[in-house]
Amino acid sequence: MEIGLGHYLTVAAILFVIGVFGIFLNRKNVIIILMSIELILLSVNLNLVAFSSFLHDLAGQVFALTILTVAAGEAAIGLAILVIYIRNRGSIAVEDINLMKG
Amino acid sequence: MTISALVFYLFACITVGSAVMVISSRNPVHSVLFLILAFFNSAGLFLLLGAEFLSMILVIVYVGAVAVLFLFVVMMLDVNFTELRQGFLQYLPIGGLIGLILLVELLMVVGSWTALPDAGQLIAAKAPDVTQLSNTDALGRVLYTQYLLPFETAGAILLVAMIGAIVLTLRSRPGVKRQSISAQVSRTMKTAVEVKKIQPGQGI
Repeated sequence: MEIGLGHYLTVAAILFVIGVFGIFLNRKNVIIILMSIELILLSVNLNLVAFSSFLHDLAGQVFALTILTVAAGEAAIGLAILVIYIRNRGSIAVEDINLMKG
Repeated sequence: MTISALVFYLFACITVGSAVMVISSRNPVHSVLFLILAFFNSAGLFLLLGAEFLSMILVIVYVGAVAVLFLFVVMMLDVNFTELRQGFLQYLPIGGLIGLILLVELLMVVGSWTALPDAGQLIAAKAPDVTQLSNTDALGRVLYTQYLLPFETAGAILLVAMIGAIVLTLRSRPGVKRQSISAQVSRTMKTAVEVKKIQPGQGI
């Protein structure tokens, strides 16, 4: 049985859904939510690389590299916000983050 | 079934399984470790797709930097994680329903997808033959010429992220004695030494 583009897209779709599901499941824990976002970005990367490989087009890999950069920056900023939030409030419960009353 | 198909299923199953463990694990440290496992196995999937450079970058950036950053934060912060898990099952039905609908929709898209007949003409950066040029070499050739602007933008994003993280977490605590180089350099004899006349028979 030959592994085609559909197999990789299926794995990426499952990974994406697990990431979205993780955000629903861990509504209170910001760290797990950030990890779920990393999973979602990973699945997008997998999609891009799969298309890039099967269409023989390097543009997808360049975009995957850019997404990797964005994911790293997002993780750094998110964790920095988390650290100062805990320093000020002593908790990371998402429900308590309503200081701005938005 | 060939070896590559077997390896694909191995990597895919471990990736999906460890992703499930990331979101369902009780201990956040275990979550981070499963995240590392998921990244390693998707790096294997990238290798199977022939994207060797991205696979190695994934290991270096995600496992070496992002996951260790997560681990560091999880271990450094003293947070009561059992309290945060309350309401875990409360969101399970609605989250599962939405996830299931999303998965079915995505799989329908994957199943009914077809390429345009003239998709071959739309290729932006044609990948050269791997026997002639390795993946890293080919990627470098388009990255620094055709896609220079996205590459520079990625660098700018990293710079902004670095400055942002430093600015956010930097704090000046009162009562901490730090070296102030400008104050040291700008000292003169006039400000440093004070001459006092002392009358005989009296103290200061």
